Amino acid sequence: MTDEPLLRVRGLSKHFPVRQGLRATGLVRAVDGLDFDVRPGETLGLVGESGCGKTTTGRMLVRLLEPTSGSIEFDGRDITHAGRRELRPLRQELQIIFQDPYASLNPRHTVGRIVAMPLQVNGIKPPGGIKARVQELLELVGLNPEHYNRYPHEFSGGQRQRIGIARALALRPKLIVADEPVSALDVSIQAQVVNLLRDLQRELGLAFVFIAHDLAVVRHFCQRVAVMYLGRIVEIGDRADIYERPQHPYTRALLSAIPDVTQLGPAGRIRLTGDVPTPLDPPSGCRFRTRCWKAQDICAAEEPALIPRDGGNQATACHFPEVAGSITQVVEEVSS
Amino acid sequence: MDSSEPSPSGDPDDRPAVPAQRSDQDAYLRVSDLRVRFDTEDGVVRAVDGVSFAVERGRTLGIVGESGSGKSVTSLAILGLHDPKRTTISGEISVGGRQVVGLADEEVRRLRGRDMAMIFQDPLSALHPYYTVGRQIAEAYRVHHPKANRREARQRAVDMLDRVGIPQPARRFDQYPHEFSGGMRQRAMIAMSLVNDPALLIADEPTTALDVTVQAQILDLLADLQAEFHSAIILITHDLGVVGQVADDVLVMYGGRAVERGSVEQVLRAPQHPYTWGLLSSVPSLHGDADADLVPIPGNPPSLINLPPGCAFHPRCRYADRAGSRSRTEVPELRAAGADGHLVACHLSAEERAAFYAEDVARVGVAV
Amino acid sequence: MSLSPVEGVALAEIESGTDPSGPAVKGVVGRSPGQLAWLRLRRDRTAMVSGVLLIFFLLLGLAAPLIEMAYGIGPREQFQNMLDGFGMPLGYAGGVSGEHWFGLEPGLGRDIFIRLIYGLRTSLFIAFAAALITATIGIVLGALAGYLGGWLDAVINWITDLTLAMPFLIIALALTPTITLRFYGERGQVSSAFGVGVLIAVFAIFGWTSTARLVRGQVIALREREFVEAARASGAGLGHMLFRQLLPNIWAPILVSFSLAVPQFITSEAALSFIGVGLSDETPSFGRMIYRSLDFLQTDPAYVFFPGITIFALVFAFNLFGDALRDALDPKSSR
Repeated sequence: MTDEPLLRVRGLSKHFPVRQGLRATGLVRAVDGLDFDVRPGETLGLVGESGCGKTTTGRMLVRLLEPTSGSIEFDGRDITHAGRRELRPLRQELQIIFQDPYASLNPRHTVGRIVAMPLQVNGIKPPGGIKARVQELLELVGLNPEHYNRYPHEFSGGQRQRIGIARALALRPKLIVADEPVSALDVSIQAQVVNLLRDLQRELGLAFVFIAHDLAVVRHFCQRVAVMYLGRIVEIGDRADIYERPQHPYTRALLSAIPDVTQLGPAGRIRLTGDVPTPLDPPSGCRFRTRCWKAQDICAAEEPALIPRDGGNQATACHFPEVAGSITQVVEEVSS
Repeated sequence: MDSSEPSPSGDPDDRPAVPAQRSDQDAYLRVSDLRVRFDTEDGVVRAVDGVSFAVERGRTLGIVGESGSGKSVTSLAILGLHDPKRTTISGEISVGGRQVVGLADEEVRRLRGRDMAMIFQDPLSALHPYYTVGRQIAEAYRVHHPKANRREARQRAVDMLDRVGIPQPARRFDQYPHEFSGGMRQRAMIAMSLVNDPALLIADEPTTALDVTVQAQILDLLADLQAEFHSAIILITHDLGVVGQVADDVLVMYGGRAVERGSVEQVLRAPQHPYTWGLLSSVPSLHGDADADLVPIPGNPPSLINLPPGCAFHPRCRYADRAGSRSRTEVPELRAAGADGHLVACHLSAEERAAFYAEDVARVGVAV
Repeated sequence: MSLSPVEGVALAEIESGTDPSGPAVKGVVGRSPGQLAWLRLRRDRTAMVSGVLLIFFLLLGLAAPLIEMAYGIGPREQFQNMLDGFGMPLGYAGGVSGEHWFGLEPGLGRDIFIRLIYGLRTSLFIAFAAALITATIGIVLGALAGYLGGWLDAVINWITDLTLAMPFLIIALALTPTITLRFYGERGQVSSAFGVGVLIAVFAIFGWTSTARLVRGQVIALREREFVEAARASGAGLGHMLFRQLLPNIWAPILVSFSLAVPQFITSEAALSFIGVGLSDETPSFGRMIYRSLDFLQTDPAYVFFPGITIFALVFAFNLFGDALRDALDPKSSR
């Protein structure tokens, strides 16, 4: 593809000052220098464990948070520090879906008002009227358009999440940031919503930044995947690269830690020891080195750059990337 | 209020208790025909409606279900954590040979902690924020060991912290819950529940709030501890992957009833109930065709106040019509299906189920 | 009585598993949270009784001139001929008769019933006006402080603390006569509207802090909720955020605090009038009546009884209704 990227992120960082009283005593490096692109109609998965900065990244992309440094370009325009007025036309093309289907809908508004909110806020009068447009949207996400006058508490979790999706679609965006859109739902409902998002993505040609901790869900939704660890991207690549030929040890550990229904009993796993270190004081050099079984002196001294291997789409930030070999081989290697 | 009474006579779905499992005699925990009801403003909630199972020491039972399936209520009923004013419990719960239903509060409290213990989903809300973690574990020990002095209790707590893999346990003893990371907190919670060597451990979604790499550690830890202490474990979860990894037996619940029960191989490899098929096909997997659509179960989980009549799953079941009007009028009993000890509550005959499952697998492409 | 864990789980499960087929039966128009609260309120007997009583009092106050016409006696009319030589009303129980339902005031010989009706009117007007003004100030300042945060929040907090630190009674005692003096001079006849206005102003200056704190806290709690972020992500401005997204969610506590503030102002007005800084004797009010009646506690107990029992019933009804309202709006807080 030769398309210009729709979203172009360079060196994006967010540091939160930690205060004790009035004095700043430290800096939480929640996101620390991200580079990635999203092309029109492409789905990029941002995966990682809690504290890796994926949610902060999503909030920065839709400018709910102000980036500390770096740049966000959307559709060729720099929106890193754009004000509310400048952002207005872009808001319509850049929307967000939230994780919690209970907190993300105003309990005092009817479904019709919730879905119409982005239209009203932006003073858009669709042909045929707002109500017709809202009902069309409700139908699009698989809800009964007659439920226009109902309140959120009358819907189940899955239905509420559909309402949130309808709201995000109201302005016909080009890119949607979906922040853990299915992790609060029951398994059987999760699949319904993932399928809905896939259908919408194909039909409307939407680009997605799909934030999730569940690698299995991401595999079913995203064409490209970026794995984050402690505020950094450690590996990015096409789906097949990440899931079949992961090169970063962390990606491998993450993949092997997922309990899979297709495997019964205690399967061979890469056991990572310890927890994710605090982003207040990340390890020097490679941030994963404290839990990595391959760590050498160079890992503490020098931070590995995110560089493409084999001239392909896949880039890995590791001094000792896996070149080939299946996960099971690695497990043997680790346990021996 | 007398909760030891069997359900009131004339109850519409007062049916014979389900035959318990083969190993019942030596099982540490036996639950038969458990029913839990709450009276609420909106009506009677049948949170658990005739559930039976047994767990032996050294084995793990996974209870699987969606929200509203009654899986958590079952576990809380075993622990006797209910408000007798609003709750009606009937049936039998026997822990180590002692009947829990109808037991006085004081006696259940004595069982709790010593013979059975619980691990909660959210250790942050289960641990008291104003006391040090070590002190809480030591307290838990002294409740059931009144003769132990402060020093012995502390030593025991430090040993337990060490045992569950918390580094520098003596230093960690004096820290507060907020100073622990999520995984460490769950380890501390496990240490606290194991401090009195309970024979029965109930873990309610113990890893749901944790990251996958930490979840893997905790599941390994639970397996190790079980091997060491030979305890019976009930693992309540919505994650079939977790069940497949650690459980020996599986109970699938839907709308407060058991719909399928059997060994983990039976339930996950040769599932018999259409609901279990649906669960398996809707879970995204790391294998198979990533571009294929997931196959969700249509509709939503039912409300426990207003449970569909007959088989509670029938409004979402693809095969409900094949069983005729029975699916809408008659609650299917849990009966033997196929292999030894494998039970299913479905109106379809064994042949029909086999044929539909084969069809399902072909259509969905999830042969597990 | 808190919920047991079992029940909590079960209720959570019920809530999450609301059946989609349920509402379909009920019809297409859903029931709003407000309608649900109304239904709960309707089921509450205390709320209904106290509510009816309040409406009755409100109507009495509103219809005071009509009642005067029907009753045929004005609040300032004096019936000296009905008093004995010591100024005490003739007849039993302070002169209760078919003509003067609640009897007459000793000394001046004014009709107690009609003065009570007008006193009710004054008290309710002052209390409602003061509650409305304080609620408005409190909502605006609290919402701005809570939503915008930063230096504005610090300044508003500082003003709130300052206001709370000022001794209400002493300042009211010092301020009211000073203001009156400033406008009317030594001997000017103080109009009753002016006295009422000063009282309301004093209440407004001191009364807004609790609403402001309440609203600020609620707004801070809601500010990070995802539905608020969704509106921000769509480019909503300050007005939309405050009035469309946030305020509808905090009407419940505001309404409760309003309904509990009204009786507080009624008693405050009575207290201030009692100690002589509130209304002049010209304006009928509860405080003045009780103040005057205390001299006759032994000789004419009926004079104390009627205003006393009315103010008690009014305040009690308001408080009961306020509590019932809170239970109806937030069913989880009760029990």
